[in-house]
Amino acid sequence: MATYQLDITREHCPMTFVKTKIQLSKLNSGDLLEVFLTEGEPLTNVPKSSTEQGYTVLEVSHVKDNIHKVLIQK
Amino acid sequence: MDFTEDQIQRYSRHILLQDVGPEGQEKISQAKVLMVGAGGLGAPAALYLAAAGVGTIGIIDGDVVDLSNLQRQIIHFTPDVGKAKVTSAQEKINLLNPDVRVEVYPYLLNASNALEIIGKYDFVVDGTDNFPVKFLINDACVLAGKPFSHGGILRFQGQTMTWLPGHACYRCVFQAPPPPNLVPTCSEAGVLGAIAGMLGTIQAAEALKFITGVGELLTDRLLTFDARSMEFRNVKVKSNAHCGVCGEHPTILQPEDYAQATCELKQT
Repeated sequence: MATYQLDITREHCPMTFVKTKIQLSKLNSGDLLEVFLTEGEPLTNVPKSSTEQGYTVLEVSHVKDNIHKVLIQK
Repeated sequence: MDFTEDQIQRYSRHILLQDVGPEGQEKISQAKVLMVGAGGLGAPAALYLAAAGVGTIGIIDGDVVDLSNLQRQIIHFTPDVGKAKVTSAQEKINLLNPDVRVEVYPYLLNASNALEIIGKYDFVVDGTDNFPVKFLINDACVLAGKPFSHGGILRFQGQTMTWLPGHACYRCVFQAPPPPNLVPTCSEAGVLGAIAGMLGTIQAAEALKFITGVGELLTDRLLTFDARSMEFRNVKVKSNAHCGVCGEHPTILQPEDYAQATCELKQT
């Protein structure tokens, strides 16, 4: 089980979740992905869409300023 | 497959779909679809398949673009009149999506070339306007085990079904081509241009469903609609044990050409 990182702090919806899905597609089942994103739409939509599409959101945590980390398990 | 930034943008709405995603888009990018006919049905179907990023699109059509085609064959534009339809279609596909490889066959599908050409593709879209070629496509696809979408339109009505090995084929339902000139062609009876888009787009969606494995195809059912009432019906159809090509004792062991209807008659 490996952990990967993805920075989508410069992306806008819906490319935030598009990039997340592409990264997740490269992972093996059980692997973890730490997604760094900004407040507002990305922070609302990425965890919600990930859950809707069958991934497990393990944790959402504040990193600094307006940046948050979403931990997703495939 | 690693998508480029442009491809991620271009296909983002497919990638977002749970049932398609990056994996499905990769399948689409590797798929090969043959359009038989670049007319009313083939035009919208080819445009949507090109937009979707189907890796290889083959187009077979022996006609040139006529001014009377432009009312419904939306892949061809006014300056294309007189140009080979395959060339006109190829140019639009290249402009729409340079990712797509286009293979053109500027002649008619017939019994001698059908198996060889369809053999190069994963899925065939019947966008023809006459019964002899519709039966030829059915027989060749059944004999080759090649999935295809049948489609037909006339006046305000359309019908379509999808065939996969083991399911009812077009010949199971309709047995044989009607006698030449019994059923009028579009050039005789007319057709509402927009229904070509309705039906050709359904065929494109079936091709994409087949490629990605999403949902249930139109197998063992014939979808019909009448744009006047805008009612859609799904008519259940069954494999026919007496079918000449896929029945218990098939009599059609290789593709056959049937007499073409002539348009000179029935000028009413």
